Amino acid sequence: MKKYGVWILALGILWASGALAATPKTGGTLVFGRGGDSVGLDPAFETDGNSFMICDNLYDQLVLYADESTDIVPGLATSWEVSPDGLTYTFHLRKGVKFHDGTDFNADAVVFSLGRMMKEKKVKFFKTQWEFPKEQPPAEYWLSMEMDKIVGAIEAVDDYTVVFKLLRPEAPFIANMGMDFAAIVSPTAVLKLGPDFKSNPVGTGPFKFVKWIKDDRIILQANPDYWDGRPYLDQAIFRTIPDNSVRFLELKTGNIDICQFPNPEDIELASKDPNLKLVSQPGMNIGYVSFNHTKPLWQDKRIRKAIAYAVNKKAIVDNIYYGLGQVAKNTIPPTMWGYNDDIQDEPYDPEMAKKLLAEAKFFEKLKEAGQSKITLWSMPVPRPYNPNGMKVGEAIQADLKKVGIDVELVTFEWGTYLKKQREQDPSMDLFQLGWTGDNGDPDNFLAVLLDGYADPNVRTQWKNEEYHNLIIKAKQASSKEERIKLYRRAQELIHEEVPLINLAHSLVVCPMKKSVMNFKLHPTASIRLHKVWIES
Amino acid sequence: MLSFIVRRLLTLIPTVFGISVLVFFMIHLVPGDPAEMMLGERASKQALEELREQLGLDKPLHVQYGRFITRLLRGDLGRALRTNEKITAEIAQRFPATVELALAAMVFAVTLGMLAGVISATRQYSAFDYSSMVLSLVGVSMPIFWLGLILMIIFSLHLGWLPLSGRLSYDVHIHTVTGLHLIDGILTVNGKGFRDALWHIIMPAFTLSTIPMAIIARITRSSMLEVLRQDYIRTAKAKGLPPRLVHYKHALKNALIPIVTVIGLQFGILLGGAILTETIFAWPGIGLWLLNAVYARDFNAVQGGTMLIATTFVTINMIVDVLYAWINPRIKVS
Repeated sequence: MKKYGVWILALGILWASGALAATPKTGGTLVFGRGGDSVGLDPAFETDGNSFMICDNLYDQLVLYADESTDIVPGLATSWEVSPDGLTYTFHLRKGVKFHDGTDFNADAVVFSLGRMMKEKKVKFFKTQWEFPKEQPPAEYWLSMEMDKIVGAIEAVDDYTVVFKLLRPEAPFIANMGMDFAAIVSPTAVLKLGPDFKSNPVGTGPFKFVKWIKDDRIILQANPDYWDGRPYLDQAIFRTIPDNSVRFLELKTGNIDICQFPNPEDIELASKDPNLKLVSQPGMNIGYVSFNHTKPLWQDKRIRKAIAYAVNKKAIVDNIYYGLGQVAKNTIPPTMWGYNDDIQDEPYDPEMAKKLLAEAKFFEKLKEAGQSKITLWSMPVPRPYNPNGMKVGEAIQADLKKVGIDVELVTFEWGTYLKKQREQDPSMDLFQLGWTGDNGDPDNFLAVLLDGYADPNVRTQWKNEEYHNLIIKAKQASSKEERIKLYRRAQELIHEEVPLINLAHSLVVCPMKKSVMNFKLHPTASIRLHKVWIES
Repeated sequence: MLSFIVRRLLTLIPTVFGISVLVFFMIHLVPGDPAEMMLGERASKQALEELREQLGLDKPLHVQYGRFITRLLRGDLGRALRTNEKITAEIAQRFPATVELALAAMVFAVTLGMLAGVISATRQYSAFDYSSMVLSLVGVSMPIFWLGLILMIIFSLHLGWLPLSGRLSYDVHIHTVTGLHLIDGILTVNGKGFRDALWHIIMPAFTLSTIPMAIIARITRSSMLEVLRQDYIRTAKAKGLPPRLVHYKHALKNALIPIVTVIGLQFGILLGGAILTETIFAWPGIGLWLLNAVYARDFNAVQGGTMLIATTFVTINMIVDVLYAWINPRIKVS
């Protein structure tokens, strides 16, 4: 299979420049084909991409991500200030915005939307004393982003001012406020509909909800009064077509306009079809291999470095990612601010690997540990950051064999894999895993994946004091420049210490009809149709 | 007859109870944890524990089973873990699609299958007999997803005759009465909707029908052959009755019992949702829903869904038994 990545990017740029020249047209219906249905449409309680892609079009957050980056731009808040100690965030809200049900968007709606996820609801309303629903599903994103440890209180000061009082300085907080779970919902609709709200969502976004036929389609209609201008499309339909090949056939026959997640083989077909075009975006993710840092065997960084030299990353990206990815030298993706491009990655060098292994007496240590081979845990399911964990595992197994290390591949059912990995099972030596970013903040990669000092839930459980201090300082720093400096140093430290081997960042490619204009894939994987139009 | 039906109904109770035990413990034996599946890579221990507690998964198995069975006795299947929606509502939204597809598939399977079987039996060892029996073997062994894709490429991509997938075109609407689009199209006098629904159902129904069609054809053939050897058929023929009358009136009626059994069983299986056909044709039915529930380890949905399917299956079985008794009165005596 050939490499698609480079020319896909080139074509993407070509079409993007073509789109700039065209004038937008209002009207028409866009049919978006995707692999699975949404679970629910109440952003506070969803966790899956198929739910969030609908929410992206129905709701707004206080802050939004820029069109093609994770830079923060005003959303339902027109401006905000942070106190010098980093503990108080004051948001000034947009005036004159209405929810799709005709009720007013105001500070109380913000307090309600976010306050309902708090464990202890320390909130203050300004005018309407909304009561929170008694029974709610778990707010999983709020929990997993540790918002209860960050947000102490949410207070409406007047109709258009909301203050967030933080428990600790947390620079990534503002990026969190742009995430889907932080979307603002109509309190009137939530209380009126109860558990049915998630099937009858009401927000302030560019599209209004019309109808949901489960496992079949969701129909949205343009919101003519949208604060950022009416969408060009009249209607957007999200169709569920589970089989990748059938979804692509639907695109070829013209029944859908955009086909999400096609098979790699179909991307080549799409590139030859005169009616189709490809849009691509480097994914905000990382696929990696890491070590069981709780075992003495992996304490010597020369051994870790040797493994890094022994793995042929380029071959993996070419043959298993089908070129739809790029070799990673850092843990954060190159599209993210703070990326350290000065890092020189270890080249593929089996001889160097052998030398380092001998120097560190790896095989003696292995024998002392009572092992004749090492294990490499590999995911049983495709993930956004790694299309085939088992195949990548086999490639690494063959690479390590070349430097004299026998590797046994181990896998479990996905839930069990995640559980045993988190427990750092003693039979595990190396493991594959990865991460898809949430909010475009480097902290969301560098702290979550590598600061084992801060949290026993960090998957790598790497504990390095210098690294921990850098991450904490970066969380508390007030300026972006200072944070960039700290994250660049953190990446150097990762490169020196090799707590993990960065394998690849995957590339997201979406074939669509040539008539679809101005569709942009976003690094956060959100699908926003506000500024898309159909060229007749 | 009434006491027969009552007796059959009573045997349903232990069967359904047995199914509930089996379904509950089997899904809990499968490795995997819904909370892990929901949170994925980002699962922290604390978040997992809180989620398990909220979902009631932290309780011991027998307590969970107790809750399940008491709810079940009240006719409540509980709420799906993944969507937090009532399972009865989730199923109700998808069951009509499955019923419609199963019925349409059975129309293909019964008409074509029985016709092929009868002709094969009456012209034993003819070219038609051989070719239809080979075809039925192919029908049973052909992978559904492969057949589905081939049909799509021929009839949609190249010929453009039939739509690829889904139940309706995006710009066509049918007002819901029964949830079965074809019937609703007629009831609401919506010609455009009816036509669109009909075009959409042909390929998935035909794909789904291949296996039952082949089985029905083979069973019809062998049952007919047996009957055709009976004395009364010879007598009928000797009396000079036209062959068509002998075959379709005298022989077929007596050959029906095993055929009806097979039809009933096959229909019961199809009502359980056709996972492959529904996936390939993006048909929003119960099979697709159940598959997603299994992937997510949504215990409640899998239990509820399987219970419903199993109950439907045993009920159909019972109806077939009753039909038996009606077709062949001797069965009542035994």
